[in-house]
Amino acid sequence: MGLFSKIKAVLSKTRDGLSKKLNELFAKDKIGDEFYDELEDILISADVSVQTTMEIVEEIKDTAIKEKCKDKEYVIDLLKKELFDSIDYAEKVEIKTPAVIMVVGVNGVGKTTTIGKLANKFNKEKKSVTIAAADTFRAAAADQLTVWAERAGVRIIKHAEGADASAVVFDAIDSCKAKKTDVLIIDTAGRLHVKANLMEELKKMDRVVKREYPEANFYKLIALDAMTGQNAYNQVETFNEAVGLDGIILTKLDGTAKGGFIISLSYELEIPVCYVGTGEKIDDIEDFNAEEFVEAMF
Amino acid sequence: MSPTQQVIKIVNEELIDLMGSANSKLGVSSNPPTVIMMSGLQGAGKTTLVGKLGMMLKKQGKKPLLVACDVYRPSAINQLKVVGEKAGCEVFERGQGNPVKIAKEGVSHAKSFGFDTVIIDTAGRLQIDEVLMKELEEIKAEVNPEEILLVVDSMTGQVAVEVADTFNKRLEVTGLVLTKLDGDTRGGATLSMKAVTGKPIKFCSVGEKLGDLEPFYPDRMANRILGMGDVLTLIEKAQDAVTEEQAKKMEKKFRENSFTLDDFLTQFETMSKMGGISSVLSMLPGMGSKIKIKEGDIDESKMLSMKAIIQSMTMRERENPQIINSSRKNRIALGSGTSVQEVNRVLKQFEQTKQMMKQMKNNRMFRF
Repeated sequence: MGLFSKIKAVLSKTRDGLSKKLNELFAKDKIGDEFYDELEDILISADVSVQTTMEIVEEIKDTAIKEKCKDKEYVIDLLKKELFDSIDYAEKVEIKTPAVIMVVGVNGVGKTTTIGKLANKFNKEKKSVTIAAADTFRAAAADQLTVWAERAGVRIIKHAEGADASAVVFDAIDSCKAKKTDVLIIDTAGRLHVKANLMEELKKMDRVVKREYPEANFYKLIALDAMTGQNAYNQVETFNEAVGLDGIILTKLDGTAKGGFIISLSYELEIPVCYVGTGEKIDDIEDFNAEEFVEAMF
Repeated sequence: MSPTQQVIKIVNEELIDLMGSANSKLGVSSNPPTVIMMSGLQGAGKTTLVGKLGMMLKKQGKKPLLVACDVYRPSAINQLKVVGEKAGCEVFERGQGNPVKIAKEGVSHAKSFGFDTVIIDTAGRLQIDEVLMKELEEIKAEVNPEEILLVVDSMTGQVAVEVADTFNKRLEVTGLVLTKLDGDTRGGATLSMKAVTGKPIKFCSVGEKLGDLEPFYPDRMANRILGMGDVLTLIEKAQDAVTEEQAKKMEKKFRENSFTLDDFLTQFETMSKMGGISSVLSMLPGMGSKIKIKEGDIDESKMLSMKAIIQSMTMRERENPQIINSSRKNRIALGSGTSVQEVNRVLKQFEQTKQMMKQMKNNRMFRF
């Protein structure tokens, strides 16, 4: 299965949900206020934020009125273009070696699983990979990560449960320097973004990496559960404030989570989505592609 | 009451009405052991909740057995074992076997070893995963659970409706549990889930420690959704943290204005028992949502040094702080590993508190 078709297959549920409603809507005759109201309803129920929805719909409405357009197919294209524009970034996140990737996020979004997948992906690209198990808080988190490291065939640096997370990072950097490892991936404990002391711990890890390994390219990626609602915005905003985010990994996209969520996020915060998680198997990770994503939604 | 307040009041009442009856308890089977089964998406917080429920039941004098049926996620069994150990509950596991069989064996193990409650941890699954949903149905048929709890992340968006609906249709869940409510989410999805399933919300999970489990109160949730604070929870936490005897003693001190540094210390300890200043503040009306209080904004480590300072004083000094002169201050600072400035600060805070109490005593609102 090609990359395109795989994403498309995965997104078919997203598509089924959103486009079924859209098709129903487009099947109606007139393009009037009712049409746009319903368009708003659809986007909001797909977890697009109210503000983004209003902006998108206004934009389309304006254009359609200006061009005296009555053709629904054309309005679909307008919508596609609008959605695409909001999530397409000129700058893509490219991982250049030597790289340090720190994955952050709230509890239960799938950080550890994503790291397993990323490790496997880089390993397949013939890059040497080390994982740092800096989630020293959650029960058995390091064990879970060890299983993933074995599956991906990469090295793992870990300490005992309850150890200082920054110490794990420090040791991992040491080891990576000595072995000239291409990619170091740091797993961090899930933390709710409102817990300032835990965010401080994260900042400390950030400082350790910058101080001990300045020659590496440092990427901080936030893992977001595709099923999250409007709270995703707060999450990205707070983590971004704390450590400065380079990209978003959207996990659990194999569920029925609606695509609208990403659109809204990128619309309001300028942080690109770089990977999507599409299942529980080790290969279930893809580069994010705005065009494919929007195409697959319809 | 202003028109705005009236509207809020009406909305508030409607919300409470929608979220239904308060304080649902866990059912107990007439034919022990009582089986409680978890269900939910990946990462909702099921395993942690199993530990929390186990600890809660233990506190109620029950003997729960935790059964590890998440055979898919790497190390989920280990996690349950660690959680179980912390909660002081035995964990039943059969490695990566067949979950339906493990559940069945777990229940018969409970029967033969005198456990009165069995909590079954299951793997997280998407509601559209036919194979795994079927597995849940099979477990249900095999062990006939008294309670099937659907565990839902309170940050979930619109998809919560579909998730709750599907799980409910497949399993006929008996109740919902909201997790991660210690974040800044308003938890509006609660409304939809309650409305679509008609099932009660039984518990709220509010932290990573095993004690962080609360019953669900619709009125408080409504306040949260509207951002109106949560005074009731605050009062309850206070009741948990302070014994009646302590309260009476404190009341007397208030009346006689004989509040000492020792009492000051006790107050701070009470505060930290209630989850720290930030947790207490966030429950006050108008504080929770308007002012973003983050843990640590109020430096809880300062409270530790305050404790050290007071404990470095002699009993006489604690009762008569006015005798603390500069040489005493030097000694206290040395003893507590702080500085004279910090000792001064604590003494000043104590004086302010005392002043405040005087005022409160004269204020009818705070009649004790």
